[in-house]
Amino acid sequence: MTLSRFLSVCSLVLALVFGVFASAHADSIQDVNRLMKQGQHGQALEQVDKHLAGKPKDAQGRFLKGLILTELNRSGEAIVVFQKLTEDYPELPEPYNNLAVIYAQQKQYEKAKQALEMAIRTHPAYATAHENLGDIYARMASQAYDKALQIDSSNTSAQTKLSMIRDLVGNRNAAQARPAQAAPAPEAKPVAARPPEVKPAEPAPVEPPKAVEAAKPVEPKPEPKAAPLAVGSTSADVARAVQSWAAAWSKKDVKAYLGHYARDFKTPGGESRAKWEADRTQRIDKPGAISVTVDDVRITPEGADRATARFRQHYRSATLKTASGKALVLVRQDGRWLIQQERIGR
Amino acid sequence: MNVLRTALRRIAVAGMTATLALWTVAQPVAQPHYSDSGPEPMLARVFELIEQHRWEQALEQTDALLRGYPTFRLAHLIRGDLLLARTRALTAFGAGGVRKVGDKLAETRIADLREEAMVRLRAYRERPKVEYVPRYLLQLRNDQKHAVVVDTQKSRLYLYRNEGGTPHFVADYYISQGKLGAEKMREGDQRTPIGVYHVTGSLPRQKLTDFYGSGAFPISYPNDWDRRMGRNGHGIWLHGTPSDTFSRPPKASDGCVVLANQDLDALGRTLQVGLTPVIISNSIEWLSLDDWQTERNSLLARIEEWRQDWESRDVERYARHYSRKFQAERFDYQRWIEHKRQVAAGKTWIKVTAGNISMFRNPGKEEHVVVTFEQDYRSNNINNAMKKRQYWIKEDGLWKIVHEGAA
Repeated sequence: MTLSRFLSVCSLVLALVFGVFASAHADSIQDVNRLMKQGQHGQALEQVDKHLAGKPKDAQGRFLKGLILTELNRSGEAIVVFQKLTEDYPELPEPYNNLAVIYAQQKQYEKAKQALEMAIRTHPAYATAHENLGDIYARMASQAYDKALQIDSSNTSAQTKLSMIRDLVGNRNAAQARPAQAAPAPEAKPVAARPPEVKPAEPAPVEPPKAVEAAKPVEPKPEPKAAPLAVGSTSADVARAVQSWAAAWSKKDVKAYLGHYARDFKTPGGESRAKWEADRTQRIDKPGAISVTVDDVRITPEGADRATARFRQHYRSATLKTASGKALVLVRQDGRWLIQQERIGR
Repeated sequence: MNVLRTALRRIAVAGMTATLALWTVAQPVAQPHYSDSGPEPMLARVFELIEQHRWEQALEQTDALLRGYPTFRLAHLIRGDLLLARTRALTAFGAGGVRKVGDKLAETRIADLREEAMVRLRAYRERPKVEYVPRYLLQLRNDQKHAVVVDTQKSRLYLYRNEGGTPHFVADYYISQGKLGAEKMREGDQRTPIGVYHVTGSLPRQKLTDFYGSGAFPISYPNDWDRRMGRNGHGIWLHGTPSDTFSRPPKASDGCVVLANQDLDALGRTLQVGLTPVIISNSIEWLSLDDWQTERNSLLARIEEWRQDWESRDVERYARHYSRKFQAERFDYQRWIEHKRQVAAGKTWIKVTAGNISMFRNPGKEEHVVVTFEQDYRSNNINNAMKKRQYWIKEDGLWKIVHEGAA
């Protein structure tokens, strides 16, 4: 597979997943992050605009621009940026979340609530959005009480700050988000996308993150349809195959990983199987831990020996933390469910 | 009030379940149902939905309620609870409104709104039966188009229309009474009087501050009976509500009866200055139309006897209609009868008619009936037409006059 081809196929998500390869992209984004971290928002804005001049569609760049504008108190412009992102990438919950945070700052709670509900609709186990939604409800309640009691509580009750999401992707499931949320960045302080924590000793999770158990008791349960093991043994077997595939990838067990692909696997770029396997081996074998988990798995059986698995893939390496939608077409060969096609997006 | 209590208790444990309501498929918003009976039907519906754990619909219904009554504080309180219940469990109805520990003001106001919820729902669920009438409206004059009866315990005002002498229920409204309740005795005691009164004036909005809302109708407190009992004070009105609130707590005034502005407007259109009776009771006694008719006829018969006995010039027969406790201006019973004896001595004939009789029973412990009529007195040496008011009490099972004078 050639990189350029891969990128051209699915520019956004792959640029994120394999961002390390797009060095020019990564460099300029890192510059922006560094400038933000230093509190040099004016320069960060210049830098990100420069970056976006070359890649006007780039989600990460636009996301950072939204953050910078927020830091600069240019809320109106920030709203436009995040709003456009939600329109172009409706599957990403983060822009919705940040839109909600800005609306909340403006006391437009009804709009904030709607944005958060959209974030949660795309990702039912998105912990930050749940927390923020809880906070929005509390503020709306407070407004209602003010009207009920003829009391102005705005000066008396300490209001918790809503969490602005600073990474475009990667901290949206509860199990993973918790540790990262332990020390939330104060809202006023510019904190750029943090480098993901590296925990080589920690075994990669092979189970889908248990969002429900990890969540606070008051948090809503994800919709039942998100349950990975939906119906019948076909679905259960397919789901197991997907988990096993992600686990092999996490363990950097290249042999097992490649063993999950069918004989007639359609390589994404149309290259030869040998070439593709070499590329993958090289990628997976790189130093440093990898964690790949999947959640929100939905299986659609298509006959007895064929099924499509759609899910959300959380990828974490020493340098990158991403999440993306993915679809695998699996076929049953010799009693095993194997991957015949792999697509980004659902 | 079990239903309400259950609803309130349920809201207390709503924290968990309420959040789940988020995930129920969005249902079409119920069409807000406005009724001329005020916010109670929708309010009752909200509590019903809360009982059924249908939080999302309860919130929608509350929002619809607030569209109809944007300054309805009780609805705002419920809305606060329904929103807050999505983030944490609430311990009591409205408890989330106390955001500073020991905020007495907030606590008091929440208690007031809780009380308002109670009385509103109770009045809605215990509406009077149409075939029953308040015992107090014994007889209306033909030109008294309406009568007003207030129940202070229910925080409710009931409006009746006079249909050929029989009172027919028209509407009922939530009211606030004095901060310290009913049974006014003294000036400044922040209580609402109990008794038979009538509207004595009409003050338009333009002549009042915003505090009185859309207008005011003074009533005739203290009446003759109140004075006789040593009660004082003045300025008891039916009036409206400041523009920033739909209603005030059940116990809020300095003795006045306070209505929502829209209710006062509706009521005001029916009130006749100098004529419309306003009877304020602690708790209305209801009579079936049969019992009401019996009570009314027995007193009317006694009044007719009194009239005939007066015409007979037989002072002993006339005197049996008067209580030993009788008092009027400078007369006690002895002097009154003595005076009548002297007058009768100079009469060769007396003709008395009593027209346009109205009879209103005094509510509560002091049982008496206020009888008002137009008296036309003719005799061999004096003619006199006047509006007379008598207070009749029952002594040893017999109706007797205890006070008499010009109305």
